[in-house]
Amino acid sequence: MKWLSKSYVGAVLAFLYAPILVLIVFSFNQSKSRGAWTGFTFGWYQKLFTNQLIISALINTLIIAVVSSIVATILGTMAAIGISNMKRWMRGVVMNITYMPVINPEIVTGVSLMLLFVFIKNFGMKFDFGFLTLILAHITFNVPYVILNVLPKLRQMDSSLYEAAQDLGCSPLQAFLKVVIPEIMPGIVSGFLMAFTYSLDDFIISYFVSGATSQTLPIVIFSMTRRKVSPEINALSAIIFLVVLTVLLIVNLNDARMERENQAKVRARV
Amino acid sequence: MKNNNIVSLRNISVDFDGDPILIGLNLDIRDKEFVTLLGPSGCGKTTTLRTIGGFVNPKAGDVFFDGLRINDLPPYKRQVNTVFQRYALFPHLNVFENVEFGLKLKKLPENERRNRVHEILDLVNLTGYDHRNINQLSGGQQQRVAIARALVNHPRMLLLDEPLGALDLKLRKEMQIELKKIQQALEITFVYVTHDQEEALTMSDTVVVMNDGDILQVGTPQDIYNEPKNAFVADFIGESNILDGVMYEDCLVEFAGKKFKCVDKGFGILERVDVVIRPEDIRIVDPENAPITGVVESVIFKGVHFEMLVEAHGRRWMIHSTRCEQPGSFIGMEVDPFDIHIMHKMEAES
Amino acid sequence: MNSKSISAPYLLWMIVFILAPLLLVAYFAVTTPEGTLTMEYVSQVGEYTPVLTRSVWLAFVSTVICFLIAYPLAFIISRKSGAGQRSMIMLIMLPMWMNFLLRTYAWMTILEKNGLINRFLAHFGIGPLNMINTSGAVVLGMVYNYLPFMILPLYSIMVKIPDSLIEAAQDLGCNTRQVVTRVLFPLSVPGISSGVIMVFVPSVSTFIISRMLGGGGNLLIGDLIDLQFLGNAYNPHLGSAIALVLMVLILLCMSVTNQFGDEEKGGIL
Repeated sequence: MKWLSKSYVGAVLAFLYAPILVLIVFSFNQSKSRGAWTGFTFGWYQKLFTNQLIISALINTLIIAVVSSIVATILGTMAAIGISNMKRWMRGVVMNITYMPVINPEIVTGVSLMLLFVFIKNFGMKFDFGFLTLILAHITFNVPYVILNVLPKLRQMDSSLYEAAQDLGCSPLQAFLKVVIPEIMPGIVSGFLMAFTYSLDDFIISYFVSGATSQTLPIVIFSMTRRKVSPEINALSAIIFLVVLTVLLIVNLNDARMERENQAKVRARV
Repeated sequence: MKNNNIVSLRNISVDFDGDPILIGLNLDIRDKEFVTLLGPSGCGKTTTLRTIGGFVNPKAGDVFFDGLRINDLPPYKRQVNTVFQRYALFPHLNVFENVEFGLKLKKLPENERRNRVHEILDLVNLTGYDHRNINQLSGGQQQRVAIARALVNHPRMLLLDEPLGALDLKLRKEMQIELKKIQQALEITFVYVTHDQEEALTMSDTVVVMNDGDILQVGTPQDIYNEPKNAFVADFIGESNILDGVMYEDCLVEFAGKKFKCVDKGFGILERVDVVIRPEDIRIVDPENAPITGVVESVIFKGVHFEMLVEAHGRRWMIHSTRCEQPGSFIGMEVDPFDIHIMHKMEAES
Repeated sequence: MNSKSISAPYLLWMIVFILAPLLLVAYFAVTTPEGTLTMEYVSQVGEYTPVLTRSVWLAFVSTVICFLIAYPLAFIISRKSGAGQRSMIMLIMLPMWMNFLLRTYAWMTILEKNGLINRFLAHFGIGPLNMINTSGAVVLGMVYNYLPFMILPLYSIMVKIPDSLIEAAQDLGCNTRQVVTRVLFPLSVPGISSGVIMVFVPSVSTFIISRMLGGGGNLLIGDLIDLQFLGNAYNPHLGSAIALVLMVLILLCMSVTNQFGDEEKGGIL
């Protein structure tokens, strides 16, 4: 039984990782052809780092992700606090609309926002598809994730905490800043991180609202995959994989360490 | 001992991730008895129970049921049912369906299933709860469903893993009496795991005291309480004053700087021993010609008696008495020879 | 602090950027470019029935395959120790963090005419097999991309099923198969329904996977919509009508899935 489940897990992991491994291996391949190995080179990495299009797309992606996730976090946290105090029916209505971008296929969200921007333009407002539309769209699909992360923390929070703070001499604003915010901070942080990564990774919605000028990295990747042969993609994949792996390892090791410390604390108490 | 053992464990050893939990454990359980495995958490009592239930595969040793070796028999083929620690009721089924679960697997006809479920629900006082959702029930009611769900299958033996642990004190007492009644009415073997010595003493025919994966003593509740084999058992079963002593000769022991008459024999001359005295066996007397004197540190009213801590001969003594002495007062203490229990030091035993 | 007014900025944002765009989709779907009401575009969607059925079919097949792979895996992971679970979940999530374009691109490398598999098979004189630009390749792409979306919700529901419930079932006479059908399965229904939604929705609406792995012959709903908005067939009215149909389709699928369990999460519709 044990070896059976082990080999099953192994097979699924192999399925998940084999394609990524192929990409990474071929990022060192001399030939442009995707199938045959002709020799080792770092050439594609050099090419990648001198590719102005990719570099500027990377910068765009980062700016958009930072701006949109910060705005979404502020907007979403405020929204969550308001929503948790709403009457039942009102909260139901607001939450159902909030869920829309989460549930709807991304392509529907994408074209609906595209229609909105076209519509506004037709009314004579002057703007181009690009940075502005991308940031607005990213904020829109990010806010729900912040709300969905913060709301449970608000619900878990002991409602008498806020009152206790005021009882001990806090003004309502102080009570909010010193008690409520720290209490829901884990939700805010995870909401922010989620928004940030979704923003970095988004292709479909960006695809419909981006212009010719400011493209994000996923959009550039898309245009590269359409050209039949572009080994820089492999190099880029390898780098992205490495970054993701490092980030996840750090997060994971940190979690593990914290858990061990907690366990030690529990044991010490016993 | 006549061989009416229903379960015998022989040299059972169990490891978890390389940590030994049970080391060469031997235990016989007689049919139709209420047996309690008693010990502190981590002593291996639950593992012993799970070995009988078939949820733990011993690394070494044999499990016998009715004289047949059942090591390789999976849990669902054993004539044993379990009441789990946190009840383990199926949340997707209602009360009736939970109890019916085992009968359905046996493919019994529907009307027989219904009759048996209702019969057993009556027995545990849950008549009319058929369609209740599990999470609508109180802890005590969930407990009853768990017992009914196991008993409805007419097992030869019921295993109970700290079943009352999650209930409040009053409910526990009620359930203790009820469980004992059920066991006597159905005439089946109960193996009951608990860390609560009082529970063990009130319910059991036989108590098995365990510590560190080993059995320290097996006996009736009276035996265990009155004749504990060593200081650990004495301390675990009821409260005790455990003192360092030295044996002078048979029936003469020195502790607290004085020699006392006792009734224990067969120790080595000048052997260092544990002296165990129950708090209720110490009498308060006039300090003038008392063998032990001390100062009362604190007094707590316990309902039937007062519990006093007394500072004497460099250590604290616990006394249970109906007399109340004020903290700070100087008192004398006295013990009858047959209430002084002498035990070999634990290290010397192994 | 007036706690309701604090959400006012978001409510405004929600109306402008979530509600209004969706209403615009509906509006475009039922009007002509001149602004008169028409059902022309909605009925025109009917002409694409083969594309719709193909999308639903391929998405359905992918969802079933994902479920079959994920269910045992999620169970195995959920019975591991804390550290074991954490590292397994990390291993499952890691590929998800790679952009899905790159992941899909990788399969192009593997499946194409002179790709890795065919080159390998050529050594044995087999092939070349025609793997890319088939509906099979599209299903493979969907399964590969969305498998973690099935594993994670299943895992998070199964990790909440205590061992004692499984043991109780065995104790009462369940063999291994009965433990699965009578206890594990009914208890993991909420995880199954969210896993199904999380795989089916992106599968049925994708246009990248079909374009990269399906060639021209495997057009899906997503491709149709894309064509109407950014492709050669530019017609946002028809595109909106198709998008509307897609939304209805998905709402239908979700209400069916929500019939099973998922009572605890009342929030979703």
